[in-house]
Amino acid sequence: MTSLERAAPHAASAEPVAPVRFLLDLWTVAQAELRKLAHDPTEVATRAVQPILWLVVFGQVIAQSRVIETGSLSYMDFLAPGVLAQSALFSAIFFGIAVIWERDLGVLHKYLVSPASREALVAGKALAGGLRALVQAFVIYLTAILIGINIRWEVPALLGVALVVVLGAAGFATFSLIVACLVRTRERFMGIGQVLTMPLFFASSAIYPISMMPGWLQVVAHLNPLTYQVDALRALMINGGPSTYPIALDIGVLVVTVVVLVAIASRQYPRLAQ
Amino acid sequence: MTNAIECSSLTRRFDVVTAVDGLTLVVPEGEMFGLLGPNGAGKTTTIKMLITLLEPTAGGARVAGHDVVHDARAVRRSIGYVPQLLSSDGTLTARENLDISGRLYHVPHAERRDRIDESLAFMGLTDVGDRLVRTFSGGMVRRLEIAQAMLHRPDVLFLDEPTVGLDPVARKAVWEHVRALRERDGTTVMLTTHYMEEAAELCERVGIMHLGKLVALGTPAELEAQVGPDASLDEVFTHFTGTGLEDGGSFRDVARTRRTARRLG
Repeated sequence: MTSLERAAPHAASAEPVAPVRFLLDLWTVAQAELRKLAHDPTEVATRAVQPILWLVVFGQVIAQSRVIETGSLSYMDFLAPGVLAQSALFSAIFFGIAVIWERDLGVLHKYLVSPASREALVAGKALAGGLRALVQAFVIYLTAILIGINIRWEVPALLGVALVVVLGAAGFATFSLIVACLVRTRERFMGIGQVLTMPLFFASSAIYPISMMPGWLQVVAHLNPLTYQVDALRALMINGGPSTYPIALDIGVLVVTVVVLVAIASRQYPRLAQ
Repeated sequence: MTNAIECSSLTRRFDVVTAVDGLTLVVPEGEMFGLLGPNGAGKTTTIKMLITLLEPTAGGARVAGHDVVHDARAVRRSIGYVPQLLSSDGTLTARENLDISGRLYHVPHAERRDRIDESLAFMGLTDVGDRLVRTFSGGMVRRLEIAQAMLHRPDVLFLDEPTVGLDPVARKAVWEHVRALRERDGTTVMLTTHYMEEAAELCERVGIMHLGKLVALGTPAELEAQVGPDASLDEVFTHFTGTGLEDGGSFRDVARTRRTARRLG
């Protein structure tokens, strides 16, 4: 068979080593998501409206009524990092819808038949979910300036905020991906997404201190990664912001959460295409 | 001559349904092979096992010399796949879609750029390379998907119902491109279809599937000769499956086909 003499040599023959490949594949997936965002930023932009409302409307009302005791911080300063964490959660928790949509279209199949490892594909999605939340963080900072939040402007603190926002959102995006793999249809996901968001949000220190919670809810709050995200953000975002735990512990919890969720998700992800 | 695809008693069960039932089939390197059958015959399930998206319940298969279960990554490196559904991302440009494909297979940067330009030209998409794919016609998307699947020069190309939902003109254009690509690269092609015309036109050999089993195998001419001197492939199909095309297909198949057709339309 002379037709087997190929016009070009095999592309795959010169492959980078596994760890490099992992990072390259991860970045390919994440970058594809970011390019989509660049083509059509309306979705992320509209999602930024909700946190603004929480800060400007909810925050101002609660601050004036003085029902929540927040110690050395004003309620607005207490709330701003909570809203930042919440916006990362809300933007990430519906990430799974996009994954189901990709399955319905067939885009998912394209990725799964490629030689990229499942872990790299999922981690790339997680990173994209994390980076998307930075757009909202930016909007929230602008709002926070306008309403006079006592923001820390040192570069290390700002970088720390970015890291914590990306980690938190990456974790919740991966969680969302796992849920998507389990429920498999967009209709079911919409219902479940709502059900998941509120408990995560209310069982955290985002809008009131954990000390105000009943005992059982305090237990739940301590198991909730959002609590650690808010804890780190409070110290990193606000001048004089207190943190309950060392920031290294907060970040450690978030990193472990992301790693564990990515490991689970990369087992579930291929099943979506079956 | 080695074999591009070898299935031995390949079987996949879903709960009580046996979607693929003991399929044994060999496709030699360089062949254009067509799997023909009504919706629900097991064509897509067969392909999904060959491209490592689905594990066989029993039996096994080798693609490009690699075991689909134990050496899945080696199989993935050797194949290109165009699903029945749309696999190009409508929210990205054609060039971006091709770039992602090239990068997932680690085609080096400079070569990737050359190949992207070349394949856009080959598929007649150079002028629209920087347009979002969601503005493309169905035929253009299919051509782009085939270009994506071929960018890393796979040994075996799988096309699952490549022309479903396309009008006759776009269908012919896709055929021409598949033929030309195969001529250029000598790729083995396995495609599924339920268009008789497509199988007769494109494929050197055709296997007819019905209820998960291979019920006939041969060149289009051989199959026609088995049924009668003047039989069309349509009649061959009815002869071997005992059903017309209209009977087949679960609700889910029909819904999916229509959705694909609508998006391509």
